[in-house]
Amino acid sequence: MKQKFNIIESTCVPLPLENIDTDQIIPARFLKATDKEGFGENLFRDWRYDKQGNLIKDFVLNDPTYGGEILVAGKNFGSGSSREHAAWAIAGYGFRVVVSSFFADIHKNNELNNFVLPVVVSETFLAELFDSIKANPKTIVRVDLPNQTITNTSTGKSETFEINSYKKHCLINGLDDIDFLLQNKDKIEKWEAANK
Amino acid sequence: MNTLFDKIWDKHVVQIVEDGPTQLYIDRLYCHEVTSPQAFDGLRARGLKCLRPDKIFCMPDHNTPTHDQDKEIEDPVSRKQVTTLAKNASEFGLTHFAMNEKTNGIIHVVGPETGLSLPGMTIVCGDSHTSTHGAMGAVAFGIGTSEVEMVMASQCILQQKPKSMRITVNGTLAHGVTAKDLALYLMSQLTTSGATGYFIEYAGEAVRSLSMEGRLTLCNLSIEMGARGGFIAPDETTFAYIKGRKYAPTGDDWDKAVAYWKTLKSGDDAVFDKELQFDAADIEPMVTYGTNPGMGMGITQHIPTLQTIPAAGQTSFVKALDYMGFQPGETLLGKQVDYVFLGACTNGRIEDFRDFARIAKGRHKAENIVAWLVPGSWKVDQQIREEGIDKVLAEAGFEIRQPGCSACLAMNDDKVPAGKYSVSTSNRNFEGRQGPGARTILASPLVAAAAAVTGKITDPRELL
Repeated sequence: MKQKFNIIESTCVPLPLENIDTDQIIPARFLKATDKEGFGENLFRDWRYDKQGNLIKDFVLNDPTYGGEILVAGKNFGSGSSREHAAWAIAGYGFRVVVSSFFADIHKNNELNNFVLPVVVSETFLAELFDSIKANPKTIVRVDLPNQTITNTSTGKSETFEINSYKKHCLINGLDDIDFLLQNKDKIEKWEAANK
Repeated sequence: MNTLFDKIWDKHVVQIVEDGPTQLYIDRLYCHEVTSPQAFDGLRARGLKCLRPDKIFCMPDHNTPTHDQDKEIEDPVSRKQVTTLAKNASEFGLTHFAMNEKTNGIIHVVGPETGLSLPGMTIVCGDSHTSTHGAMGAVAFGIGTSEVEMVMASQCILQQKPKSMRITVNGTLAHGVTAKDLALYLMSQLTTSGATGYFIEYAGEAVRSLSMEGRLTLCNLSIEMGARGGFIAPDETTFAYIKGRKYAPTGDDWDKAVAYWKTLKSGDDAVFDKELQFDAADIEPMVTYGTNPGMGMGITQHIPTLQTIPAAGQTSFVKALDYMGFQPGETLLGKQVDYVFLGACTNGRIEDFRDFARIAKGRHKAENIVAWLVPGSWKVDQQIREEGIDKVLAEAGFEIRQPGCSACLAMNDDKVPAGKYSVSTSNRNFEGRQGPGARTILASPLVAAAAAVTGKITDPRELL
């Protein structure tokens, strides 16, 4: 799953609902795998398919009008269960960026640990972005990680987004936290010795 | 500044990465079968071992059936997850409480009741309800699988230090109002994102008066307000609960531990990033009407009308009521329901079974109700039998099942069918949580019992 992240320009998939919880992103019955493969197929499973397994045509992922590497969702995205399977499903489906005005803490970390970038924008930017996509589904959004900016190319409006420089470095260089922690074993042993 | 959270967190800081996260030392890692297999795979792929295997405890709970645990699990995929955990624990030299052993149960029930979760500790698990262990006076929070792997490899985690919030609940909870109602009330006030980015310290007379079981229920639900975790400063109630438990310190170590634990409180000069005050007298038995735990109300109240919902939330509100089959403005009292679930890491402890039995005693299960009563652990099951609660419940037409997470998230066979209503003591009423299309109404064990004996949503105060 390690991959380098720099600048992404893409059309978007809009999901203008608030409080989308990780049970919707990937229902519990699909958590039984012992590897990380195939979760993308069941992303938003119960919103994509009806009980008989038929496509629900008006759900946005099934609508050919929309596509791209950027998912745009309403406030408080990823609340609830800590399941990293939700991030695996989002990454597995092919999304590289999730844009919202607010993310739940655990899910946000899970996205970052899977090289999916959560971009927090203002409520106004988000509302305008939904409007732009509605008016023109081919609206391109540019996410520039080195400069920490997101641009709605339909309106020309940009915002900067926050990410700490450690995590930014990891994403740009395709490194993860375990690589970092393993280099710091001496500090761990020192802490243990001081706290027996 | 000088909050209990600062004290515990700061003590565990190994280093602060420049313009980055904190490397935090972890005292206890719990693993269950659902969120650990990929972490073990990751260790194998990197050729690593667990750095401190004695600090890691594993037990299956999510997939375990609530009947016939002495036999193989029927579902091959569930079976594979459970056996994979056993194999991994063995390969990496970790303690494993296997299914159907008397040590097994839901991690968040077993940790506190065995004395593995202690005041002042940092505790993590690949499970959002790890916040439960905060009731012991520990900094406990849920993490993802990459982070589980991180802790296995280094006994540390990289985290941003959350902000601090104190929620003070003054006064005393009224008759028939429990810790679950307190938590559901707080969620209804704060919403499911109201505490995101914060770690909560619960304080005030109403919190202090709670038993350990009640405190565990309250802290368990911190995540449903979005909080990283929630905890309660340890006191005599905490010490009395821990003393004599299997992994609790003994002899001189006990005295030393208690002396240290007594220092674990926020200073009088503590400054929190956010302070909220509530009055316990405002709380009545609660029920939820929507599809997130923040959509709750007093049992005698009415569902809000659309006009009272902010514009950006209206689509979600309409979708939620449509899913639940409820109308804006209506009451839930008298609504016929189909299923009742007592259990989960939220309400699967002995006090919850005592509460349920208080209402069930001398009454009988309503004919239209399917009831699942699932103890949180084998130890709780044993207590139920020692106290004769099983007999009271059996006379009322209820059967005790075998321990596990069960219908809280329906990874085993305990699934509520589509369209059916379930009054559940669990923690989430998300769409499909208890089975595809299932409609969940979250409530306390008293409200669940009242529904189980009347067949409909009933104010438990009428039956107490």
